[in-house]
Amino acid sequence: MDRATKLVAPEISGAEILIRCLEAEGVEYVFGYPGGAVLFIYDELFKQDKVKHVLVRHEQGAAHAADAYSRASDKVGVCLVTSGPGVTNALTGIATAYMDSIPMVVITGQVPTHAIGQDAFQEVDAVGVTRPCVKHNFLVKDVRDLALTIKKAFHIARSGRPGPVVVDVPKDVTGARCRFEYPDAVVMRSYNPTVKGHPGQIKKAAQLLLEAKRPMVYTGGGVILSDAAAQLTKLVKLLGFPCTNTLMGLGGYPATDAQHLGMLGMHGTYQANMAMQHCDVLLAVGARFDDRVIGNPAHFGSVPRRIVHVDIDPSSISKRVKVDVPIVGNVREVLDELLKLLDGQAGKLDQRALKAWWTQIEQWRSKDCLRYDRASAIIKPQFVIEKLYEVTGGDAIVASDVGQHQMWAAQFYKFDRPRRWINSGGLGTMGFGLPAAMGAQFAHPGATVACVTGEASFMMCMQELSTCKQYRLPIKIVNLNNRYMGMVRQWQQFFHGNRYSQSYMDALPDFVKLAESFGHVGVRVEKPADVEPALREAFGRRQDLVFLDFLTDQSENVYPMVPGGKGISEMILAEEL
Amino acid sequence: MNAPVASPYTLPAAETKAMRHIVSILLENEPGALSRVAGLFSARGYNIESLTVAPTEDGSLSRMTIVTTGSDDVLEQITKQLNKLIEVVKLVDLSEAPHIERELMLIKVRATGKDREEMKRMADIFRGRILDVTETTYTIELTGTGSKLDAFIEALDKAAILETVRTGASGIARGERVLKV
Repeated sequence: MDRATKLVAPEISGAEILIRCLEAEGVEYVFGYPGGAVLFIYDELFKQDKVKHVLVRHEQGAAHAADAYSRASDKVGVCLVTSGPGVTNALTGIATAYMDSIPMVVITGQVPTHAIGQDAFQEVDAVGVTRPCVKHNFLVKDVRDLALTIKKAFHIARSGRPGPVVVDVPKDVTGARCRFEYPDAVVMRSYNPTVKGHPGQIKKAAQLLLEAKRPMVYTGGGVILSDAAAQLTKLVKLLGFPCTNTLMGLGGYPATDAQHLGMLGMHGTYQANMAMQHCDVLLAVGARFDDRVIGNPAHFGSVPRRIVHVDIDPSSISKRVKVDVPIVGNVREVLDELLKLLDGQAGKLDQRALKAWWTQIEQWRSKDCLRYDRASAIIKPQFVIEKLYEVTGGDAIVASDVGQHQMWAAQFYKFDRPRRWINSGGLGTMGFGLPAAMGAQFAHPGATVACVTGEASFMMCMQELSTCKQYRLPIKIVNLNNRYMGMVRQWQQFFHGNRYSQSYMDALPDFVKLAESFGHVGVRVEKPADVEPALREAFGRRQDLVFLDFLTDQSENVYPMVPGGKGISEMILAEEL
Repeated sequence: MNAPVASPYTLPAAETKAMRHIVSILLENEPGALSRVAGLFSARGYNIESLTVAPTEDGSLSRMTIVTTGSDDVLEQITKQLNKLIEVVKLVDLSEAPHIERELMLIKVRATGKDREEMKRMADIFRGRILDVTETTYTIELTGTGSKLDAFIEALDKAAILETVRTGASGIARGERVLKV
């Protein structure tokens, strides 16, 4: 817009400004639920067709769907909810996105500015209640600040270490009018995240990697978020090093490749955890050494090793584990630089030492730590995931809920590509799976989307079956139904003397009829021999949502397991019980 | 049955040697910025001994001084986490180098009979100023390091102290070092 048009630009309402901002940001879908404080905004949504709205059945579903839409693509997810209960319902979804550093903009309605602080109907201090679980939040008190605030919100959400940003907009601000101008860029003196890694540090890192005798590459969600899977794969291939991914990092390196040791951590593979503990040089990329990954930091630190840590967030470095070569920067940019330095240098590697290290790793791998009873007459949950992998050709987007089924999906579905594995890693939010599958399906309308869940998790957000019907989302729900909160039961078995306190799910619904009542297809599977045919049939139905209710072994546990507070090499393996 | 396990939920706390630090922060003078800083300290379990904040000569910026205690590791996290807050422009741990600290106290004391003269003398010794006088009370202004204010309180008869109010420490680096945008 030139100066002249700016001057004659008509005044438009805050609600319209908001929609025009979303349009300018290239937002295709907004996941939301209307209410009193956002009626002007919904009215504007109604009047246009560029920004499409997805009506969920509960605001938690809106936040999870927007979050998963972002995880499955590389766009910022957008969620719109009303004041008060709209905000508090969305809070779980906001916290989930925050813990996993997912870029998301959440627009929350607020009571009119003159009513703020009066305990008005559906009033809650949105900025206050969301503060601890957002990257940043804003309360817009003047319509003239609205466009710049939305610009800042998207900028903050997607740059640096990404995260959710809440913009709280009082109703009178959406009704007030002013001229609209969307800024092209935003400059904030107080917010300039580091992107490029320090060249000297990267040089040191390259040197360390070349000197390694027992190297290990450990990568997390940062590789996915910065779209650095190609760089990572190239680097690991170039060096010939073993590589492991965290729960958040699955798909960052192809799981079917021989250099991949599987997931590490509390339910990581024996070989990944042992290699992590016994390596002499560790390259950590976009991962944060959290408690579920390295267990007890003192135990981890009791063995000498040199650590290179690449992360966009300085506060993730040396937080739980001291590192030797910290590199703050965008993972992809740093890996690009590292690749440049190491190009043609592979000849300097100590091949003899590497060979011995691989021999050791293969010995660990030969323990076959993920094996389970394949002759079982009862359906084993691991078997279902293996068959799911086969039937979908390993190319489905898998959205998971939280619990044992999540761990089995992470262990047995081999993700070769990033953004295919959608799960709540940090917060561990039960109920995430179904709305997440919806968000992923909106991001990739033609893709095969599976929701791996358990009966307890599923019932936390099952109202979204109605949303799935409204938008004809052909999601395939794989319910590993063991009539227990399986992970809780497992901990109670291991650490609380088999006292299964409140972890048994009594009075479960008939999931087949439940799915049918929402207009979907429901199938119950009770025998191992029926697992594969049922999956084939379900995934063959391209137009339908199919709910597959697998009655699985009630007593199955997730192995290996590192008990909380133990070192990662102190695993409980299946055979030891 | 399983052998009893030390709590599977908790991680052993790292060994720490807590030291006192005084952190100066320049942040955007915006509503909510203070609660973000305060919220960060409570959410992450950091300790605040005192916190003072006021706008600077540039009205768009506030300067905050926080006195905290923690080990080196904790202080590293505190400064990193503070820097992550979108509104924080710059910060410095003043305790890393020579610096000046001052705190203001207003103290109302009983000043009757023979104590009245004694109270005046004590205020003079500590270079306090009497701001308000009634027949029975003095209100004294005293500025100094926290320990000087503590010493003054120690020196008084407890029964004579009617009320105290302290601002918490403000700090600034010695010499050429400045904290400025």
